[in-house]
Amino acid sequence: MAKKIRSPEELLQFRKKVVAFKEAVKTRIIVSGGTCCLAKGSKRIFELFREELDRQNIAAGVELKSSGCHSFCENEVIVLILPEEICYMRVRAEDVKEIVSRTIIKKEIMERLLYKDPLTGEQFIKEGEIPFYKHQSQIVFGNNRFIDPKNIEDYIASGGYEALVKALQTMTPEEVITEVKKANIRGRGGGGFPAGSKWETTRNAPNNPKYVVVNCDEGDPGAYMDRALMEGNPHSVLEGLIISGYAIGAQEGFIYIRQEYPLATENTLHAINQAREYGFLGENILGSTFNFDVEVHRGAGAFVTGESSALMSAIEGRVGQPRPKYIRTAVSGIWGKPSNLNNVETLANVPLVINKGADWYSSIGTENSKGTKIFSLVGNVNNTGLVEVPMGTTIREIVYDIGGGIPGGRQFKAVQIGGPSGGCIPSQFLDMPIDYDEFTKVGAMMGSGGMIVMDEDTCMVDVARYFLDFLSDESCGKCVPCREGIRQLHKILMKIVRGDGEEGDIALLEDLSEVISAASLCALGQTAANPVLTAIKYFREEFLAHINEKRCPTKVCQGLVSYFIQPDRCQGCTACLKNCPSGAIDGGKGLIHVIIQEKCVKCGICFEVCPDRYRAVEKLSGGPVPPVPADREITRRRVER
Amino acid sequence: MSREVAMLGEQMALQEKVEEICAKYNRKESLLIQILLEIQDELNWLPKEALLRLSAQLQIPLKRIYEVATFYKVFSLILRGRNLVKVCTGTACHVRKAPVMISRVTQLLGINPGETSSDLRFTLETVGCLGCCALGPVVAINDEYYSNPTTSKLEKLFNECQ
Amino acid sequence: MKKVSLTIDGKEISASEHATLLQAARDAGIQIPTLCHDDRLAPYGSCRLCSVEITSGKKAKIVASCVYPVENGLVVETMSPRIVKIRRVILELLQASSPKGRVEELSKVYGTSTDKFEKELTFCILCGLCVRYCSEVKKAHALGFIGRGIEKQVVFFPEIALKSCPGCEGECFSLCPTGILPNKFAQSVPSFGKVQPTVFPVRLWDEDNFLNLTRNIT
Repeated sequence: MAKKIRSPEELLQFRKKVVAFKEAVKTRIIVSGGTCCLAKGSKRIFELFREELDRQNIAAGVELKSSGCHSFCENEVIVLILPEEICYMRVRAEDVKEIVSRTIIKKEIMERLLYKDPLTGEQFIKEGEIPFYKHQSQIVFGNNRFIDPKNIEDYIASGGYEALVKALQTMTPEEVITEVKKANIRGRGGGGFPAGSKWETTRNAPNNPKYVVVNCDEGDPGAYMDRALMEGNPHSVLEGLIISGYAIGAQEGFIYIRQEYPLATENTLHAINQAREYGFLGENILGSTFNFDVEVHRGAGAFVTGESSALMSAIEGRVGQPRPKYIRTAVSGIWGKPSNLNNVETLANVPLVINKGADWYSSIGTENSKGTKIFSLVGNVNNTGLVEVPMGTTIREIVYDIGGGIPGGRQFKAVQIGGPSGGCIPSQFLDMPIDYDEFTKVGAMMGSGGMIVMDEDTCMVDVARYFLDFLSDESCGKCVPCREGIRQLHKILMKIVRGDGEEGDIALLEDLSEVISAASLCALGQTAANPVLTAIKYFREEFLAHINEKRCPTKVCQGLVSYFIQPDRCQGCTACLKNCPSGAIDGGKGLIHVIIQEKCVKCGICFEVCPDRYRAVEKLSGGPVPPVPADREITRRRVER
Repeated sequence: MSREVAMLGEQMALQEKVEEICAKYNRKESLLIQILLEIQDELNWLPKEALLRLSAQLQIPLKRIYEVATFYKVFSLILRGRNLVKVCTGTACHVRKAPVMISRVTQLLGINPGETSSDLRFTLETVGCLGCCALGPVVAINDEYYSNPTTSKLEKLFNECQ
Repeated sequence: MKKVSLTIDGKEISASEHATLLQAARDAGIQIPTLCHDDRLAPYGSCRLCSVEITSGKKAKIVASCVYPVENGLVVETMSPRIVKIRRVILELLQASSPKGRVEELSKVYGTSTDKFEKELTFCILCGLCVRYCSEVKKAHALGFIGRGIEKQVVFFPEIALKSCPGCEGECFSLCPTGILPNKFAQSVPSFGKVQPTVFPVRLWDEDNFLNLTRNIT
């Protein structure tokens, strides 16, 4: 059992001790250990390092640790070697032995494990030189790679809980609120509401007790910043939460974590236990009169509980149904008591503001959007991963300088921002700065930070349909405009992608969207039409092609696509014949294969299994399927490439 | 042992399990979701008998339990297979051809999303987002995540499932 | 009791500080249509038909009058063109699932078209009057919602219904605004959505089925 830290002085001494101990270590090997990394085998790699260090008898001088996500998720597993800052990517189990004997012992660089720019072929040794990292400023996320989330001492050594000391020792709750207000941190969960004002409302609300809540119900498909922060650096969020509790006058906090994030739950629970042991949670924190403790609630799979009042219902053990917020949750939240809810990333910013001051913080960003924002840059982009940039950075910088552009030389089409509540931002806005208000102007919204890059092969009608599909399942179903409106939006879009679209459908979609946005009970419904409206606004011609010409320009919508085997390319290999699930292919050895259109279920498996050297299966859209060749015998044995 | 006696034994065990979990959470009504999660962790689904017992233990209407158990997607009121296969349909996976992954898995397992194979070996589900967006399209088998597995890789993994 | 004063449709009104806009309007003789409201039950705000436009300072917004509390100086419009449009679309949406009863009456008033949206008859608008009445007034909890999103539905729980329904004689039926519950003609409606086999879903409209089921259990 660790010794409880009872005063700021004790914390200072303890930190000195930990730092001194860490400085004695010559080499540090950090293996990334987030959920993505684990999927790529990082646990095994970590164990192999341990074994190998023991075997080579050098474990004493080397600190080996497993950290959270290193943000360049595409290239997991990442191994960082300090102090040289050597960054190895895509490390596999079979590389471990060599890394230890060559790099750790002989200090040689293994070139094959270095990051290689896919465009220029240039290689980089140090992490900070890689373009993906070079153009970021990871003030919130940066510590993730140095900290073992299961070890509170790591966090303390990096200056952790210093902000809490400062707040408790030198600031009144009101001063903390003033500082947060001055820094103008806006809610990172999407709404962009100023955190300081929310804290103030909760503090001033007449009722007691008060509660503070962390929203880690990151339901936006395509967004995972909060998961990475929560599982990689849980103490930073916890510290932010404790400070918010102090400022607001709450003694009890809740952390609501999505059920789909088991590692985040595990690490958070671990962090809370450690924080209790060390005295950062509990009674008389750091010798002050402030008492505070936290309870973790696991979600159970509902997107709508990301909405504050629905999340609070879930904490009460009820159906996650939003309630009318004409009286704000800051005044009447959990069990009718004043409750302040902040997103994970918002709270992770709080210790920074307290430590470095509002003036420093608000020097970063644009006039109305301060600090940095973390995005999950995913989809059709070369470098996928988590990206933290100052507000004001343009989308182009993110997609091209950091993301390295679109794979396969294809064209950029749009970025989808803000998930099911946001919208598609087309190429003409590539130079738009990251800013809450700028996004709203073009019909999207900041959202929690999912940034899904879409290339020219993405069908925007299909994307709109995709989001409505998602929402029709995720709406709570309480109010009519949202439930029935989404049902009908979905039906109309399904009709269009099936090829049954009619004139007037676009107008109907727009009409209906207007009412859904205006009359729905909560933010889910009020923003549900955004993906449809932005798709129509910026890609109307694609809707028209689907409706008028029965053609899907990108050949994505199965209902408008026919599969066809090019007779002069088919070599009769029977791969499609064997794999067709509906028996829709007629053929055999030495015969040109033919798809029986009436039987085809358009699953695309033939297209997928046709060997690359033939590429005989084609997708057609908008025109008739060519007739079956009369002569089915394959005469040529070779096709020219 | 007769069939009835065996079933009775199972019933008793189930009741005890529910009571044990309720006690662990101090029979607090507000922890209903957490209690249901734990019951499902134990039993792999939520049998009706467990919910009736829970209603008595927490002294809350059965209606309230069913509303919660059918609202949240994680809960299953029907028996599920021994192996849970999830295909992620998050946006990032979607634009990286998750629909093709679904047809691939559907074909290999012979069941559609939401279904359980008759031998109770597999349950196939699609999920909103697993939060591994950089690895898309993602398939999770019993909570092990796989990034864009090929058909033969999937075949191998499914064969390993008991 | 403290009073607040506000303007509804140009009329100066004084209302109790705890009143909702709907109550204040009705007390002043201004009619606002509703489908999910009942004075005996806690305001629910699901049908959104009672939406009104409010202006407080410079901002105008749409709110559900059945749950919005009165405020001093508020200016309320209950029949603005935006509001009429919202009500029409809501009624058109409801006609796609439940075209009879109150929905039909109100649709005539608002002159809505009956076939704007693809029909998917469920004969339930999920107003929750029956569910809430059974829980809040009768404290019986024999009815509940299951599921969510477009698959949400109302069910009886036979285990409870069996005990509590006989003594009540279908008070919930009389509340149903769809005009379906007490009628017979909805029986052929096919079931939709996911089946929840352990709940024994008995659709509310399916009166005979319900009675059969309870008979079978007894």
